[in-house]
Amino acid sequence: MNRVLLDFWVGLFVIVGIGALMFLALKVGSMNSIKSADTYEVSAYFDNIGGLKSRAPVKSAGVVVGRVANIGFDSGNYEAKVMLKLDKRYTFPKDSSASIMTSGLLGEQYVGLQPGGDSVKLKNGDKIQITQSAVVLENLIGQFLYNKGQDGASNESH
Amino acid sequence: MTNDTLVNIENVSFGYNARPVLKGIDLSARRGQVVAIMGSSGCGKTTLLRLIGGQLKPNQGIVRVAGEVVSELDQASLYRLRRKMGMLFQFGALFTDMSVFDNVAFQLREHTELPEDVIRDLVLMKLNAVGLRGAAGLMPSELSGGMARRVALARAIALDPMLIMYDEPFAGLDPISLGVTGNLIRRLTDTLGLTSLVVTHDVQESLKIVDYVYFVSEGVVEAQGTAEEIRSSGLPFVHQFVHGEPDGPVPFHYPALPYAEDLKLEVARA
Amino acid sequence: MLKALFGGVSSVGRQTVDGIWRIGYATRFFFAILLHSGTAFSRFGLTIREIYFSGVLSLIIILVSGLFVGMVLGLQGYETLQTYGSEEALGILVALSLVRELGPVVAALLFASRAGSAITAEIGLMKATEQLTAMEMMAVDPIARVVAPRFWAGVLSMPLLAAMFSAVGIMGGYLVGVVLIGVDEGSFWSQMQAKVDFNLDIMNGIIKSVVFGIAVTAIALFEGYDAPPTAEGVSGATTRTVVTSSLAILALDFMLTAFMFRGLN
Repeated sequence: MNRVLLDFWVGLFVIVGIGALMFLALKVGSMNSIKSADTYEVSAYFDNIGGLKSRAPVKSAGVVVGRVANIGFDSGNYEAKVMLKLDKRYTFPKDSSASIMTSGLLGEQYVGLQPGGDSVKLKNGDKIQITQSAVVLENLIGQFLYNKGQDGASNESH
Repeated sequence: MTNDTLVNIENVSFGYNARPVLKGIDLSARRGQVVAIMGSSGCGKTTLLRLIGGQLKPNQGIVRVAGEVVSELDQASLYRLRRKMGMLFQFGALFTDMSVFDNVAFQLREHTELPEDVIRDLVLMKLNAVGLRGAAGLMPSELSGGMARRVALARAIALDPMLIMYDEPFAGLDPISLGVTGNLIRRLTDTLGLTSLVVTHDVQESLKIVDYVYFVSEGVVEAQGTAEEIRSSGLPFVHQFVHGEPDGPVPFHYPALPYAEDLKLEVARA
Repeated sequence: MLKALFGGVSSVGRQTVDGIWRIGYATRFFFAILLHSGTAFSRFGLTIREIYFSGVLSLIIILVSGLFVGMVLGLQGYETLQTYGSEEALGILVALSLVRELGPVVAALLFASRAGSAITAEIGLMKATEQLTAMEMMAVDPIARVVAPRFWAGVLSMPLLAAMFSAVGIMGGYLVGVVLIGVDEGSFWSQMQAKVDFNLDIMNGIIKSVVFGIAVTAIALFEGYDAPPTAEGVSGATTRTVVTSSLAILALDFMLTAFMFRGLN
């Protein structure tokens, strides 16, 4: 095995290997993790976060504008405290609302951000005032059954 | 101890835990001498070579090469000393992934900064000395046993050492190769002025070329002398060895129960 | 009978002590490799040569296996996902399985069998034919010249091989899922891109393969270096390399996975 041929094969091997890595990085994965230097953090309190997980996306108009940084429990007012990291490129009015939505019927949950009308924008450390908790399926079914029961009762009383 | 004593072993003992291999060996070799170390298998001959090369440290006694005590050298000095020693292993121990040329050039490329064309000339010279200049392009797998050993010899003399140690150079060779090898050992020692230590149990070939012989048995030097003295020695062990007698001080039978008892025969009553 | 029991227990004890001594010896050997690695980099040609023998020559088995694993993932994944009506998630299934687990682990197992056993046999034979002793007697440190280049070659080749395995596997999954079965091509790639995160999944997979590379190559080199210089010795050492490496890969995989993916839920 002469030297030149050996070097050629090794070089080819390394190039193809790095090519595979590039393929994986670009075509397969995505640089979804927004670097923390380009984000600002706001907090939001929810009665019930449902199945929301850390690193879940924060979307506005369907576009990912940030990530859920961490989820904690506030033992002062017994609510869930969710820290959101938002991309610095996107600013939102101070009276924007955050609601926990589900993608699809049984998909994963994310935080939807609906902009308000205030001219003052949210800054790092601010708190989102208007929040809507997650829809808990059991409550929905219970409500549906209750409503059905109500309809049945009012029908009977005629 | 004269000034041109190259190897000096004084009262050296060595053993592994419970088993002593060498018990108080005295040995010396001068420049320009071919010294043979003979003895039956397993008597510690290879261990002696390892002690001289610094691979093992003696439990007791001193091993001196060119005036330096081998066991007291640090890593760097030991490596420096080893560059002046050459060792020929029993089956050549050539590097199988390199050609004959690269094998001989190995030490030159590792330890010197010589340019490639100078190395080429040197390698061809060494190969010429052992008669294998034409085989420079072959791989070790393509060589016969005798040729492999000659290449190993060329490799051992690459840096012009002052001492060469041969571990069983005559083992398993055909008569022609035997003659060639013996001749080479003698000629190299004379022309290059080095010292050769030959560990062997081939009596006939070695007695033709050596200056001095040490006979090692049971871990001690049983006998020593010039080739003539050994040949005509009356010592029973030496005599048995030189003349190849099946029975003598080294018994034919491995220790066992009396024959009749082992076969479970009744001893006939008179 | 008591004597037999006593003998049995004390032999277990002896084997444990021997085993621990051997692990200690192996650890010292590993640090010796690291200490003597200077030559492997200053004379990089030596390492390149070993990358050829360990990495390049393992390419065929890695690529073919990757393709088949990816295709099987595509088939099996489709079968299962279909029952939940989620066939478009096939891309996610194939990509995550490969990038997070199968790529690093299977590539490492194949590397251990092919390259690891070859390294053990080579070093074992070099020891048996006294080539390593000859090198020492010629004042060249065999660990620096023979062992360290092979170590770094293995460590460098392993992540590249794992990446190639994953890439080819995803292609195989695409081939079966989209081309043969008919899953929607757009959703295959877009859902995959949405869910596979570079830092979390791909980088972790690469870190895993580097760790596996270190483990497999170190084990292979040690077994070869420590092999008894006989035919049975070397063959036993080659078998031990494959078995020990495989166990190490799986154990390390569990530990790394538990550590890396602990924050997800």
